[in-house]
Amino acid sequence: MAQIELEHLTKVFQGGTLAVEDVNLRVEDGEFMVLVGPSGCGKSTLLRMIAGLEEVTDGHIRVGGRDVTDLAPRRRDVAMVFQSYALYPHMSVRQNIGYGLKVRKTPKAETKRRVEEVAGLLGLDELLDRRPAQLSGGQRQRVAMGRAIVREPQAFLMDEPLSNLDAKLRVGVRASLAQLHARLGVTTVYVTHDQTEAMTLGQRVAVMRDGRILQVDQPQTLYLQPVDLFVAAFIGTPAMNLVEARIDGDDAVFGQFRVPLDPRRRPPRDARSVVLGMRPESFEDSAFAPPEIPRIESEIEVLEELGSDVHVFFHVDAPRIGTEALVEASEDDATLLVEEKALFNARVDPRTKAEIGSRLRLALDPHRFHFFDPKTGKSLLAASPAPEPEPEVVLTT
Amino acid sequence: MSAQTQIAPAPIAPTVGRPRRSRRRRLTRTAWNLVGILVLVVLAFPVFWMISTAFKPDDQINSLTPTWFSLHPTLAHFGDAVHRPFFWDDVKNSLIIVGVTVALSMALAFLAAVALAKFRFTGQKLFIVLMIGIQMLPQAGLIIPLFVVLRRYGQVNTLTGVIFTYMTFVLPFSVWTLRGFLLGIPRELEEAAMVDGSSRLGAFVKILLPLVAPGLVATSIFAFITSWNEYIFARILLNDGAKQTATVWLSYFTGTSRHTDWGGLMAGSTLIAIPVIVFFLLVQRKIAFGLTAGAVKA
Repeated sequence: MAQIELEHLTKVFQGGTLAVEDVNLRVEDGEFMVLVGPSGCGKSTLLRMIAGLEEVTDGHIRVGGRDVTDLAPRRRDVAMVFQSYALYPHMSVRQNIGYGLKVRKTPKAETKRRVEEVAGLLGLDELLDRRPAQLSGGQRQRVAMGRAIVREPQAFLMDEPLSNLDAKLRVGVRASLAQLHARLGVTTVYVTHDQTEAMTLGQRVAVMRDGRILQVDQPQTLYLQPVDLFVAAFIGTPAMNLVEARIDGDDAVFGQFRVPLDPRRRPPRDARSVVLGMRPESFEDSAFAPPEIPRIESEIEVLEELGSDVHVFFHVDAPRIGTEALVEASEDDATLLVEEKALFNARVDPRTKAEIGSRLRLALDPHRFHFFDPKTGKSLLAASPAPEPEPEVVLTT
Repeated sequence: MSAQTQIAPAPIAPTVGRPRRSRRRRLTRTAWNLVGILVLVVLAFPVFWMISTAFKPDDQINSLTPTWFSLHPTLAHFGDAVHRPFFWDDVKNSLIIVGVTVALSMALAFLAAVALAKFRFTGQKLFIVLMIGIQMLPQAGLIIPLFVVLRRYGQVNTLTGVIFTYMTFVLPFSVWTLRGFLLGIPRELEEAAMVDGSSRLGAFVKILLPLVAPGLVATSIFAFITSWNEYIFARILLNDGAKQTATVWLSYFTGTSRHTDWGGLMAGSTLIAIPVIVFFLLVQRKIAFGLTAGAVKA
């Protein structure tokens, strides 16, 4: 076990593509760190640099205090789990798991003992003599994990290890990954493009974009205090509602709505035009909200009943936020209809009487507003004193 | 059958239409089968004739009314063939040439294919194009230049000269084929081995080599057959009876136009075909395509 330190790490591919740009990151001993970002943001390249599979253009990598920047992968004492599992097809499960020990010339008896111990831990005892082709997706995933665990390395590097599993299996394996980490306590760097995975697994999460780390924080902090528009839009499902707003004295004006600001949480006085962000849970059906919270009224376009919650969608008479950041952040949620106006998502109490086409009064809590600079995308709250922890925030992931 | 067809009253149309359609399908299939059998006969008949002639007494071979099988088969032609001068020398030469050609070209082709499939270097495309392009030149056009080059280095009338010549056409094909096999092996497998503790060479030998085995078998069969059956280059490069190959040795049966020892020729041909068949039977079991199945994804 060891800490991993990345210092001014930069990767330029042949042909000049800048994949990773001046990344500084310290993964503490035993920490589960998730690198998350849209595809092509450099997160996998960063992981492969730590593994030694990509050459470092500039900067340093230290594992357990030892500079490994120029060492071959096998000398770094890290184990990697690949997205495709990369099991050796001509070897049995036993040989696959034991390969790392065999090439390191571990005595046969010890190899056997450790392989069987790991197989027991992962429930692979019965499968030790099978070939990868004879295993299901979930079993292959476990073999890939076993191959990493058996070596007792200083760190685990995982490159989207769950993305080849079907949705149901993924949730189960995700939980066992967290358990496994709690049990083994090995420093782990985990790459994913799935922010749900990032939020549930990571002790800390680094959000990446265009080769740079935008924010590294605990999942809850990322959710509550995103440093910029990209992090705000990327973290959280359903995504944060974003709209261009005007600050008019002590009110925020967006589309057809005017909502008084909370004096404890507002952008700097000189900000006139902002991007206003509201998470779906900042809304509530007026019937179930405390009376002091401001109200808005709108026509319901779409209504989704999820049992525990109801999501209502309504239009706001303001253009959609079309910044590059948002296009990239929400590339996964396909919108079939091209909506020129912003479509807001509000989570309301399941007892709501809302119906499609009817008008609904919604309470909107200005204490949960986020403000971003429309030009730089940076949060305008960061400059002001840190906002108080928000009440009763529930991750709807 | 869906429930609907069961409920439907008197389905007349299908009962009329179906037999007609299936009859047509059966006819088509029979026609194709006949074509297949015809091709097989055309391919197999010379082999059959060669073997059957080898066992016929001379009077039946030269008779004006051909016979399919001899009722009194004889091994005399085999005896003649084996006792002809240089038979064992030339078979031994052929085995040496083929063995060395196959072993050398497999080793070199594997390394070259790894370079082409797994690394990027300047001139890579040009290299591949040249390799394929040169294959397209007619071999007859290469005989004289090769002869001149080999003579300059004292390699005419030596087995090494022939081995060198055979490798010039076995290698490009083998490299090309193996490259295809290697491209099908995901990069993550070597990377996993390298993170697990192998050196780059270790990963090639322990991971890539076993996985590319079917490709090695396929190309070695090609290399074996090509060099075992080759005649023209061997005929021109080797001119000493004891240094020639089996195919050249065979050609001496048709020495005079007046009289060819057909029985001996066919017996010799049959004997010389045996090593190829044995080699194929030995290695064909190793051709297990789809060995990489299960390496990645489902």
